Order: sequence, then C-alpha cells, then structure tokens
Amino acid sequence: MKSTATEFVANSRNALADRQLQTALGRVGPGFIEKRRLALQDLPEFELLRASARDIKDRTLEALDVHLERFEAQVATAGGQVHWAADAAEACEQIVALCRQHGAHKVTKGKSMSAEEIGLNDALEQAGFEPIETDLGEYIIQLAHEPPSHIIAPAIHKNRAQIADLFQEHHGRYGITHRAESVPEIVDEARQVLREQFLAADVGITGANFLVAETGSVIVVTNEGNGDLTASLPRAHIVVAGIDKVVPTLDDASVLLRLLARSATGQAFTAYTSLFTGPRRIADPDGPDAFHVVLVDNGRSAMLGGPFREMLRCIRCGACLNHCPIYGSVGGHAYGWVYPGPMGAVLTPLMTGLANATDLPNASTLCGRCEAVCPMSIPLPRLLRQHRNEQHRRRLDSPRARWALAAWGFAARRPRLYRLATGLGIRLLALLGKRRGRFAHLPLAGGWTRSRDLPAPTGPTFMSQWRRPNRPGTGS
Amino acid sequence: MRVALFVTCLVDLMRPQVGFAAVRLLEAGGCQVEVPESQTCCGQPAFNSGDLDTARAIARNVIEAFAGYDHVVAPSGSCAGMLRLHLPTLFADDPQWRARADDLARRTHELTAFLTDVLGFDGLGDARFDGTVTYHDSCASLREMQVAKQPRALLRRVAGLELRELTTPEICCGFGGTFCVKYPDISTHMVQDKVDDIEATGAQTLVAGDLGCLLNIAGRLQRTGSVVRTFHVAELLANMADGAAIGEGEAQ
Repeated sequence: MKSTATEFVANSRNALADRQLQTALGRVGPGFIEKRRLALQDLPEFELLRASARDIKDRTLEALDVHLERFEAQVATAGGQVHWAADAAEACEQIVALCRQHGAHKVTKGKSMSAEEIGLNDALEQAGFEPIETDLGEYIIQLAHEPPSHIIAPAIHKNRAQIADLFQEHHGRYGITHRAESVPEIVDEARQVLREQFLAADVGITGANFLVAETGSVIVVTNEGNGDLTASLPRAHIVVAGIDKVVPTLDDASVLLRLLARSATGQAFTAYTSLFTGPRRIADPDGPDAFHVVLVDNGRSAMLGGPFREMLRCIRCGACLNHCPIYGSVGGHAYGWVYPGPMGAVLTPLMTGLANATDLPNASTLCGRCEAVCPMSIPLPRLLRQHRNEQHRRRLDSPRARWALAAWGFAARRPRLYRLATGLGIRLLALLGKRRGRFAHLPLAGGWTRSRDLPAPTGPTFMSQWRRPNRPGTGS
Repeated sequence: MRVALFVTCLVDLMRPQVGFAAVRLLEAGGCQVEVPESQTCCGQPAFNSGDLDTARAIARNVIEAFAGYDHVVAPSGSCAGMLRLHLPTLFADDPQWRARADDLARRTHELTAFLTDVLGFDGLGDARFDGTVTYHDSCASLREMQVAKQPRALLRRVAGLELRELTTPEICCGFGGTFCVKYPDISTHMVQDKVDDIEATGAQTLVAGDLGCLLNIAGRLQRTGSVVRTFHVAELLANMADGAAIGEGEAQ
C-alpha cells in the first residue's frame, strides 16, 4: 500500500472535522482502555509478567538467527516449509508463486498485519487470485477498499450504518436482498457469506502471533474462529509473519499470551488460541495438505543492529494506540500507512523511509502513556526522539524550526545575552498585555492564538526581580 | 540545607510569581534557597527536536550552574524530568560529563515531591484558599517523576480548599512544547477535551505543577469563555493565589 504519511497534517485536519470518525474514536475509551484496566485489576502479577516478557524477547533477539533456524528445522520436521523474504516485494512474489503451485483460485485470509505491511491483497489480485478477508473487520475494510485504521480493530472507524451500506452494495451477488440493520443481522450475514468462501477456498493465508522455535508451531489468536477455518479447510495453509515473531519455547509463548489479550481487548484470553504445526498428518481428520511459512524481514534485521532494536519486542496488541491522545484525536488513517499510533510512528519511517514520514515522529507530545501501558515495555517516546535526532541530522526538519532553535540555543548558552534579550522582550510584552492579561493575536504566534489566548508575561523576569532587595514573597 | 532553585525558563519569563512562591515554600520548609545566576533553560526544546549538540551545550551550562548544591528543585515536573532522566543520556560517550550529569540527576527534584518526600513539609500553617480546586497531572510529573500523591496531599492541607478529581487526570493536555504550535489542530482538540473534563468537575480553579500545561489550558479556558481560573500549585500552597490568575490582567 502506498503511504500517505507525507499528508499527515491534511489527513489529521480532515479526521478532526469528520464527525462520524470522532464518534467512532470515542468508543476506544470504554471499549479498550476500561476493559484493559479491569483485566489488569485481576492480574496482580502484571508487572512481573511484563518484566519476564521483556526478558524473553530480549533474550530471543540476542540470538534471533539461531531461533529462526531452529524454527525452520522444526517446521520441516513437521512436514512444512519455511521461505525467507528480504522485503515486501519478495514476500508477495513467494506467496503468489505458492498460490500458483497449489492451483489456487480463491484464497481466504485471516487477519494479518504482516500481510497488510507487504500489500498482499493487491499482489494477489494483480496475479489473478481472489483474496477474501475472513476477519469481520478486515472483510469490511476490504469491501470498502480501505486500509485498517487500527491494528486489532481494523474497521473501528466504521459505524453500523456504513457497514450495512457496504453489505447491501456487495452482497447482492450472493442473492441477499434484505438490508442487515442490527449488529446480530450484520454478523449473521457476514457468517453466511464467508461460510461459502471458507469451503470454496483453495489456499488459506494467516498471520502469526507467535512462532515457536522448539516445535515449529505457529500460534494464531482470534475471537471469531476464522483463523482456524482459514488454516484448516483449504488444501494449503500459508503463514506470513515477520521474523520478530519467533520465541524459543511454548513456555515463552504462554507468558506473552497472558499479556497479549489483556493488553489488546481486556480479555484474559482470546476466544481461540490455535497452534498449527505442519500439514495434516495421516491420522488427522482434517487440515491442509501443505504448510508454508513465509518469514518477512522488510527492515527488521536492520532494526536488530541499531537503535530501534527494542521495537522488535512489539507483539501488536494495540494498547499504545488505544491510550495515545493523538491517535484518539485523528484515528489511524491520518498516519497514512498500515501501522498507526505510537508503534506506527516508530515503524512507518523505518519501513517506508524517514523522509516519507517526517511528521509521524513529531506529531506526539511525548506524554509517555504509550510506554506506560506497553506490555513489552518498549520505550516508544525515546524511539520517537531517535527519529527526530535522525531528522535533524539529515536536515529533514523545517528550516524555520531549525532557525528558531538555533537562535534560542545560541542565547541559552550565553546567560548574560539571554538575560538581556529576554529581559527586554518580556518587558515589552508585559506592557502590551498588562490590561487584558493575555493576547488574542500575536505576530508569529498564530499556531497558538488561533484557538487559544496566550497569557501575557506578568513581567519583569524572575531573575531581574530576584536581584532586587525587596523581592516578592518575602516578609509575609 | 543548601537548595538551588531551577526557576525554569517559562516561570522566569511568563510568571515569576511561581518562582517566588517556590522560594517561600522551600524557606518555610527550612531550606536556604539560592538562585544560580547563570541558569537559563534545561535544554528540553533542543533535546526533543533532535538537536543534541545544542542540548548538550546547554546541559553543560546547567551542570556547571548547579554544581555543589545539596539539592536542585524545579517548580516543574517537565524540567526536573529533563535534568533527572534525559541529561545523563546526552553524555553516553563522555565519562567525565556523564558522572557530573548523573550527580545532578540524583540531586534534582520536582517541587511538591521535594517538599513532601525530602523535607517532610506539610504546608504553611496559615495556608488558606476558599474554593473548589481540581488538579491536572502534567505528563512528565506523573510518568517521569512519579509525582501524583504529593501535590494532592499538600492541597488537602490547605484550609477552605475542596479538591475534586478530573475523570482522566492522566491524559495529556496537548501542550507538548513545540507540538502545540507545530500541530495546532490536534493540540486544540486535546486541550478542549481537557477543558471539558475540567468544566465537568464544577471546580472554580485549576492548578497544575507545570507552567507549560497551565498556559495552554488557561489560554483555551479563556478563549472559550470559561470562568475557571488557573494557578500554579505552588502559588496556591504559598498563599499567593489572591491576585490575578494566569492570563488575567488589570481589566479583570
């Protein structure tokens, strides 16, 4: 998918003016934040788990190649095959080739952010296949031809009426004429349509929440059970996953699973937590004949050796999105690519180029709520600052900002000059603002005063008053 | 106990009374307060804008200015957080300055936390403020400096004051330093949410421990015609909230 992150400011303005979107974003608070809070109330060992989870991932990343190769060997032992893709294009080519190899026409898909990242649906369609998303949210945005606006709730920006419209527009070809209005009707209709697709699909593609090196298993969590049907019913199951998804053991995965659903939806566990290990064995009543795992690098090994390594701990729970006041204001599409919110503001510049996403690391107050809720303790504000450092070094920041910063920095290193300059400026502003106490307009301060008054300095500066014999506040 | 006041650039320039309120509280707590002349700013604007060379140069100035004091106290969680958590990271490759930065970090405190946790100070005996007050946690105070209970404990000891909590005190007000002018539309959306929360408490006065948040929130409250007044928490604790609130002039 082509990124529109360069349009972040325009995107965010549109998002702020979109009433329907604002109503939808209002549901994030009670829907995710409150449920997570309640789930953690019943988990007194949360901080211990969190520390343990961080250690597991850090330990894994120390020897990522070893764990990946062990995973590959175990997949082969179970009768499957691992494919290595250096970037998005290579991953898509490999999956297209596998679909051809298995004589596919119809391809069902479980929800996968890796698939979104590599733009898999477009690649499949261009190659003549018919990909069908089976996660309800993903299915809705596929009908709407939109990217996900949230990594675990891709259609959170859509309301019931919009979904009903989409279904009415697209489901006529299945002979459905009645317009679904209520949530149960919408869900029933989706189930009815998707059931046919599950049965007709030749290849099923899922993502992975975890790859277990010791067993070669792929763990997929869903709440709709669509992952299981996508993986088990077609002739071939293709898993697409980033190389950061591997963990050494099942025990390690179980620690991370205890954090994932609680952080994401506030559930102790998702409705389905499925382990897929190789294709169908002789005694198995069902399952695919072929099992493939496409492991995608796409910038991850570069992250491993640099300052963004900690981002590879991310388990894609979405807690940072839910708790981010910027995401809560503008929603996911404003970020312009597949990963929004704080984790997206770190990942998008790494995967699409910093020069193509200069606003993302800056559109943050660094309030730190994302880091505070991250189950993997990823220092997101520090990583956003790391992008800003790089932007400044590469002169990707605005000339005006650079100039203002340089002028201020020059003075701040010279206390006498600083006192003189600020003393004079403040005296003037204090005089101008004395009667009203604030400014409704001020040259060069339009960004502030368009929507806020600017309190006037009460003047003179503290430092000049401090030197006086009868300073304020004394002798009370 | 020799305590240096880190005035902070916003207090120095915009509202000096906050600095004098801090001095009054620290002196009442038994400190000998000094104000190093060569201080300017903590360097956070440069640090958060990726200009690490400028941030480092300013950091050296800060470290020099505050050398030798038992404690360094700032009426701001944000500037205190800069000194305590971020300054040392600027000298990763410079052991000598790193050691000095670490030493400053250990001696640095946010004002209300210093008053309660270090001094065991429980307020001016005659502190009084008649009215309902709500408290906004600045992000840096709350999450970088773990300051939440301290200002509330001090406020509860002020005679005549009724403290009412916001529904979401932990959410950012949208100031964010240069963020508020770089992304004014998003910042406005955020501060309006904060203003709505403040109005819903029915409190007549808002206080906070960081002047950046206060200028932002006060500016929006006043633009939208609210009657809620704003003070820095130090002004209220020091009995210095009887004059003009933030953004109020002689015409009020």
